[in-house]
Amino acid sequence: MKYREILIIMNNKPGVLSKISGLFQKRGINIETITAGESYPADLVRMTVCGNWDEYTVHQIMAQAEKLFDVRFVKEFDDKKSVDRELALIKLKADDSRRAEIMQVTTIYRGNIVDVGRESLIIEITGGKDKIAGFLDYVETFGILEVARTGVTSMTRGSEM
Amino acid sequence: MSYKSFLKGSRIVLEVLKRMGVKDIFGYPGGAVIPIYDAFYDFDGIKHYLARHEQGATHAADGYARTTGKTGVCIATSGPGATNTVTGIMTAYMDSVPLLVITGQVPTSFLGRDSFQESDILGITSPITKHNYLVKNIEELPGILKEAYALTKKGRPGPVLVDIPKDIQMQEISTERFEELFAIHCEYVGNKYPKKYTSKEIDSAVELIKNANHPVFIIGGGVMNAGAAEETQKLLSKINAPSVATLMGLGGVPHNFPGHMGMIGMHGKVWANRCVNEADLVISLGMRFDDRIVGDPEKFAPHAKKIHVDIDAAEINKNVKIDLPLIGDAKDVLEDLLDAGIEADFSEWLEKCESYILDEDSLGDCLNQVSTIKYLGDILPDTSIVVTDVGQHQMFTAQHFKFKQPLSFCTSGGAGTMGYGLPAAIGAQVGNPDKRVISIIGDGGFQMNQQELIMVRQYNLPVKIFILNNGTLGMVRQWQELFNQKRYSEVILDVNPDFVKLAEANGLRGVRVNSVEELKQIESMINDDQPLLVDVVVPRECNVYPIIPAGKSFSETIIGE
Repeated sequence: MKYREILIIMNNKPGVLSKISGLFQKRGINIETITAGESYPADLVRMTVCGNWDEYTVHQIMAQAEKLFDVRFVKEFDDKKSVDRELALIKLKADDSRRAEIMQVTTIYRGNIVDVGRESLIIEITGGKDKIAGFLDYVETFGILEVARTGVTSMTRGSEM
Repeated sequence: MSYKSFLKGSRIVLEVLKRMGVKDIFGYPGGAVIPIYDAFYDFDGIKHYLARHEQGATHAADGYARTTGKTGVCIATSGPGATNTVTGIMTAYMDSVPLLVITGQVPTSFLGRDSFQESDILGITSPITKHNYLVKNIEELPGILKEAYALTKKGRPGPVLVDIPKDIQMQEISTERFEELFAIHCEYVGNKYPKKYTSKEIDSAVELIKNANHPVFIIGGGVMNAGAAEETQKLLSKINAPSVATLMGLGGVPHNFPGHMGMIGMHGKVWANRCVNEADLVISLGMRFDDRIVGDPEKFAPHAKKIHVDIDAAEINKNVKIDLPLIGDAKDVLEDLLDAGIEADFSEWLEKCESYILDEDSLGDCLNQVSTIKYLGDILPDTSIVVTDVGQHQMFTAQHFKFKQPLSFCTSGGAGTMGYGLPAAIGAQVGNPDKRVISIIGDGGFQMNQQELIMVRQYNLPVKIFILNNGTLGMVRQWQELFNQKRYSEVILDVNPDFVKLAEANGLRGVRVNSVEELKQIESMINDDQPLLVDVVVPRECNVYPIIPAGKSFSETIIGE
């Protein structure tokens, strides 16, 4: 078992997302994150699916996905040759005594404070899985009120897809 | 000024199907398909066959497809009509049968409101169709129908469902607009499934075959789908290699073809399984290493390298580790292998394989499932089509019927759908009016779709139905005997209908036979042109042997009591 990221590009048609998730469901395989959005050109949807799978499982999923009528392209990302990013919104308890420290650590992580309330802050942070995990770990002591993560989306470096 | 003529969506459905070459449709009317049935009322060129249950209509379309090589088409209404097709769709999906299912749906403005007879048939059938469509605009209708029909046969065949809301069926577009839309080429389907083997891979296959000492060819259902029976036989004769068949591959080469050992797998012939077990190279043609074929995947053909010819790339390495995949149509692969000019002669090995075969031709004196099937094999014309249900009689048929031609055996393999045998035989006879169609069914499976008997009368189909009546659900009973300490739970059917009277109630001839002699006496009835139902009374205690218990290997074969 190994953490893997798969790219699936498909026609922008209703129901395509459920067809992909159905492939995993049928085999009783867990998905860690799945992200999808309109791509370029706009008649395509691009999806990054991540999880901990063995070689056989990932091969099966990719082969079965490729068979789906609306699927155009499938590949597994090589973690050394790809960029992956996730965005997280984190709402922290923030009274006057802690604000300075929170702002400081946010700057170190190159995050942004996108909302300031009397007793809370919302921080936007972008990065790989590990960076977000590291940030969450650090700010836990301030008191986390909410976390919203988008899931990972990836792209291969260089001119090739 | 001339008035434009208009076409309704319902009429477009029939018009497109007719242009795609569809001549026969099986179906059942209902609220959400009333417009389509209205279009049938005065439409020439397509004949509709009325089943008595949508499952029957779907299996009939499946039987039609398997025995003609054409796409089978069926129609059902929304909600329960659509869900009744589900077992039939899954049956076709598991055996790669080209099937087009058209379902009515509630009007688009009622979708998602739990309206009367609404069901999410797209969601329900997603895992068991190649693809499915909801038509939301009449402008899409001609293209979707054309694409769906083409898709049933493109690449690996399979079922495709088109769900058409009632308001779309009633909307109209001008005839000119329809012609414009119909003329659009389905480019996307044409480019789907582009993966294909390379000439280098063909060379590697030739090398592997040349260097083998004990090669065995496994003939699968893909040989039927590709229409590659002739090429298969050509290659086998050229190099004198032995062959075996999967359940779906029976008929790909004739039973008496040199070196043909019959069916392999759980209930395969011992000698067929033995050849595969001894082989040093297995060339599988259009089969998917189902668990009923391989048993224990670690011990299947343990000494052999494996070449896997399949049109579906996802089958490679799914169940068994493959040394050389050849992704493509079996016919193309075989033609290329023949063109590559393989020089090899495996006569010695072929003779050794044949020496394993034990003679089991004699009928015996006792009327049982085996003697009935052997007898039918002896007296039926070579072109006959045999349809079975699922269970012991199915395995006995696969073992003992003398298959001579491709597309002559029609049975639910992967799905193992009881209730398939009668409606599928009806579909097979509709598609093959000039051939003798025999339906061999158990007393259990017959009762699962016996309502379709009336179709035989209604359309005067000369189907010959043999109920091998052992008063039990034989295959489950056999497993309970062998693996559950003879605890026969709910498998004894000692209260059965009188099948002869049931035939008569449906306006058909019914005959009961209790002995081989009585069976022989009805030979002329079996070969005439009228429908016939025969209640063959056979013993309850017969088991199908050999059997390799599930998940086990050749060395654990149980030969018999």
